Amino acid sequence: MRMLLLHARYQLLETARIPIAMVGNLVFPALIMLFFVVPQSQVGGDPVAATAAAGQLSLFAVINVCLYTFGAGIAEDRAQPWDAYVRTLPVGAGPRFGGRLLTGLFFCLLGLIPVIVVAALFTSAQASPAQILAGVAVVLGCGVPFLLMGLAVGYHFSVKASLVVVQLLVFPMAFVGGLFMPPEIFPSWLDTASHAVPTRAGRDLVVNALTGGPVDGTALLVLLGWTAVLAVLAVVAFRRDEGRRFR
Amino acid sequence: MTGLLARAVGVSRRFGDTLALDRADLDIPQGGIVGLLGPNGAGKSTMISLLTGLRRPSAGRVELFGGDPRNPASRRRLGTTPQRTGLPENLRVGEVVDFVGAHYADPVPTGELLDRFGLTALRRRQTGALSGGQQRLLTVALAVVGRPALVVLDEPTTGLDVDARLQLWDALRDYHATGGTLLLTSHYLEEVEALAERVVVIAGGRVLVDDTLDAVRSRVPTRRLLLRAAHLPALDGVLDQAVLPDGRTELLTNDSDALVRELVLSEAEFTDLEVSGASLEEAFRSLTGRRDDESLVPTSTTTGAA
Repeated sequence: MRMLLLHARYQLLETARIPIAMVGNLVFPALIMLFFVVPQSQVGGDPVAATAAAGQLSLFAVINVCLYTFGAGIAEDRAQPWDAYVRTLPVGAGPRFGGRLLTGLFFCLLGLIPVIVVAALFTSAQASPAQILAGVAVVLGCGVPFLLMGLAVGYHFSVKASLVVVQLLVFPMAFVGGLFMPPEIFPSWLDTASHAVPTRAGRDLVVNALTGGPVDGTALLVLLGWTAVLAVLAVVAFRRDEGRRFR
Repeated sequence: MTGLLARAVGVSRRFGDTLALDRADLDIPQGGIVGLLGPNGAGKSTMISLLTGLRRPSAGRVELFGGDPRNPASRRRLGTTPQRTGLPENLRVGEVVDFVGAHYADPVPTGELLDRFGLTALRRRQTGALSGGQQRLLTVALAVVGRPALVVLDEPTTGLDVDARLQLWDALRDYHATGGTLLLTSHYLEEVEALAERVVVIAGGRVLVDDTLDAVRSRVPTRRLLLRAAHLPALDGVLDQAVLPDGRTELLTNDSDALVRELVLSEAEFTDLEVSGASLEEAFRSLTGRRDDESLVPTSTTTGAA
């Protein structure tokens, strides 16, 4: 436990020394909210639509952190001699891995704040404090499969490959999952197809939690299925990793 | 059990089609400084990465303090350094030492350690702002912060200027003087001669020589003579002889003074005499050259792709 906190503290410190590196992940979703949701009165002015938009972009913020800090970030660390050195210290994979999770969780929470602030100040989004708390909890819960996806990418690909893979994953998934536009305006074939995508399942769960709707059983199943698959991929990638790879 | 701090028994390691280590054996008993020498790609770094738990052997067994190096508990009395100067560049010198020291039961206090390595003035500087020599000194300080019984260094002075190298050697001798055991790899014959008591030569993934420094020195040519001559008589001091593409003759020897005297006394006609220190590559050609044909053929029957 002491080791876990030590590793988390130093990872935070390292990231905090380059503040600009955090800005992208933290500010981007809030900006989307500001530019695309606030000015559109039929979304920003409608309590239900605005609340849903805030939920969607919160999930987007979390996915961003999971895939960029864990996917690309881990791939980058693995290429560093320092990472190989830390693996020779008398500390197991647990604290190193756990430290990373704690740091990621911290940045996820940090990324949610601007979205919630913008939603509360500039839109008609409405949710009780209890609903907001439930929403945050569900958003973080829905982040788990994406976290695993990030770990699998980070431990499997090289730095350059991981950046491309992350970009190829984040935007299409966010779009098809209805994180930018509500799925209600999708053509029906896309709406049907998107139910199989983890972002859509997560989005439905988050929006329902925020608007007080019932828990969507199908979405939960889809998300759990993805979680199981991605957990296996992440563990396999982690086990096979020996730092940099040479051929 | 064996009284060894670390050992490798019949260890092989494959990377794809390449056999980096081929049934190599190595024992590291307590005390002493062991120099691991060999040309580039010989398998030195692979051996180090197995002993420090970074990689698994494809075949054979590796032990560190009697346990598996991949088990963190086995690494409690091990000190290593990051390769090259790979420090987290936006952490401060003091922070890096604190962080690494926190992994050990009884670390040297940060202030005391920085003092010993002459880094006290740089304590609040970010590591990225240090010179190459200062960074390397810091990495070696990290290796000893946990009061380790065994320190393993992979090419600790590659790329350093002479002053920085001498300062580092002093730090390593200090560590050894307090009872520490040291295993280091090097490209530089000179470095191993300055520090090591025992020399292990690896080439083509195999341990070719494992002996005291003096014994190895007598078998390995350390000086090189270049000259032009139509005919040369047989000379006692020559360990290896070759004709270079430009027509000059190359003679490898242990004692260039004696060989020059012998050459002159033989009254052989020669021109353009040049004497220089043999590079490691040249020094070990006489040891490894004989086995080149062998090592080109992968004789290992290790199964399972890496």
